[in-house]
Amino acid sequence: MEHYLSLLVKSIFVENMALAFFLGMCSFLAVSKKVDTAMGLGAAVVFVLTITCPLNNILYTYLLKEGALSWLGADFASSDLSFLTFLTLIGTIAASVQVVEMALDKYAPALYSSLGIFLPLIAVNCAILGASLFMVERDYNFAESIAYGFGSGIGWLLAIVALAAIREKMRYSDVPPPLRGLGITFIVTGLMAIGFMAFAGIQL
Amino acid sequence: MKLLRDFLDSQEKHFVKGGRFEKLYPFYEANDTLLFTPGDVTKGKTHVRDSLDLKRLMITVVIALLPALLMAFYNTGYQANHAIMNNQATPLDTWQTQVYMMIFGNDFSDNVLQSVFHGALYFLPIFIMTFVIGGHVEVASAIIRGHEINEGFLVSGFLFPLTLPPTIPLWQVALGITFGVILAKEVFGGTGMNILNVALTGRAFLFFAYPAQISGDSVWIAANMTDGATGATWLSQAAAGGSEALQGVSWFDAFLGFVPGSMGETSAAAALIGALILTLTGIGSWRTMLGVALGTAGTVLLFNFVGSDTNAFFNVPFYWHFVLGGWAFGMAFMATDPVTSAFTEQGKWIYGAGIGIMVALVRVVNPAYPEGMMLAILFMNMFAPFIDHFFVQANIKRRQVGYGRIAASEA
Repeated sequence: MEHYLSLLVKSIFVENMALAFFLGMCSFLAVSKKVDTAMGLGAAVVFVLTITCPLNNILYTYLLKEGALSWLGADFASSDLSFLTFLTLIGTIAASVQVVEMALDKYAPALYSSLGIFLPLIAVNCAILGASLFMVERDYNFAESIAYGFGSGIGWLLAIVALAAIREKMRYSDVPPPLRGLGITFIVTGLMAIGFMAFAGIQL
Repeated sequence: MKLLRDFLDSQEKHFVKGGRFEKLYPFYEANDTLLFTPGDVTKGKTHVRDSLDLKRLMITVVIALLPALLMAFYNTGYQANHAIMNNQATPLDTWQTQVYMMIFGNDFSDNVLQSVFHGALYFLPIFIMTFVIGGHVEVASAIIRGHEINEGFLVSGFLFPLTLPPTIPLWQVALGITFGVILAKEVFGGTGMNILNVALTGRAFLFFAYPAQISGDSVWIAANMTDGATGATWLSQAAAGGSEALQGVSWFDAFLGFVPGSMGETSAAAALIGALILTLTGIGSWRTMLGVALGTAGTVLLFNFVGSDTNAFFNVPFYWHFVLGGWAFGMAFMATDPVTSAFTEQGKWIYGAGIGIMVALVRVVNPAYPEGMMLAILFMNMFAPFIDHFFVQANIKRRQVGYGRIAASEA
């Protein structure tokens, strides 16, 4: 249990998707104008990550990995479908995003319309694919991949709501005109990453 | 006085719109309001509620910083002289040593006069560098952006050198304060509009860009330590050896500040005097300070309780954490920064406690950095607007329910 807890903490703070790896930047920068919208997108990302990471883990372990098909019989023991990894991972992700989209459209239409194009774009959000690929690379087992997917999502949510709150506060700032909008957001993101450096080096 | 006023009035026409030095108006305005109370009156529907304006507020912070400033002079020299006097170190090969030896010769006694003199030789150049470079950056951006030069920089300029080690190269001081003023403040529009603490952002930049000159064991005392003697801060000694490392030294010394460290941060006593002044004048929030203290104490007690076989720092009691490193200085002057901390009163508790918890976490759990105050405050600066958002929204909901605009069940 302690192992999963430390993996969770690590994926939220130490290896924060947005501010340590700078993954998922497009929606991180674009949908962080308002806290409520950011919270909605963040929640969607948490949901998608928590589903896709374990799902991809199962697929990878029992279909794609070298020797993964040995449960079919001795003939398949030497199979290696890992060249299909990207295709399979992104397919799972696209399917789960579709489910989230349909659910939001039905149950939270206000949030659905405020997220706009960025909701279907979660499918190509690099944080999501990144988490699955890290999972593959680090050989996480099923339970670990749940903790890792959920933690990565929470970390990303934390970063985007903090950025959104800062940007809401920045309405009262007097940013030089050429920097307004994305320019200052990039600077804020960089400064936030300095803050998150507090965790760099923690061994868990 | 009349003469001065007349002179300023006679020069004003050159600086107002249409005058020859129109672009330099911020410069004129700064000098004018430094010398006289501005004659502007509030128009429209807002009302003046307090005679405390930005200038008085900032000056109060500077007054609160004076004890720490004096300790910076005294302790910087005291540490060097004390080590040299006890044959634990040799003087550095710098112009400061040459100037010192021209006056006192080879006599490195650690009495007040010689300590202050030796300390001033190290502290003043850094201090002046901060003000000359930072001040020019501030004036330049005020002229470019057309806003007033205000006292925000005065405080950042006092805080920044106090957080640096005495041996830091001057060009790094210039680089750090420039980074802080431009990227942490001016791109947001100047004083009062920044998100992160200006002095700390500058220091964090130096900390990550040039770690050799701002961390480690040999930068904190302005002298070459001989073999066997250590120039490490007590905090990093405690990080390495746990509470056993603190057996032979006195808590009271650390409280008064006669320990190696960044120039102005060593003295918890000086920071406490400053905290008292800030609290009594209502400029620093006691909620934030108490939050930091409670957060640290709680987390450290938890660490004490859990214990660890591999990490000796777990068993250092919280009253040591309060006096080691920059904890007290950061709590009194950095955490309470009214611009970058949480605005709401309840939010200040959470903000403060967050800093306290983070400090303990970084100090104890993260082996990469012995000190966590700077990063903890920057981290919570980032989340302060988010904390505020919650309390503001909750308040809006509560009042809407009160006015009957929405049903209580929806709130």
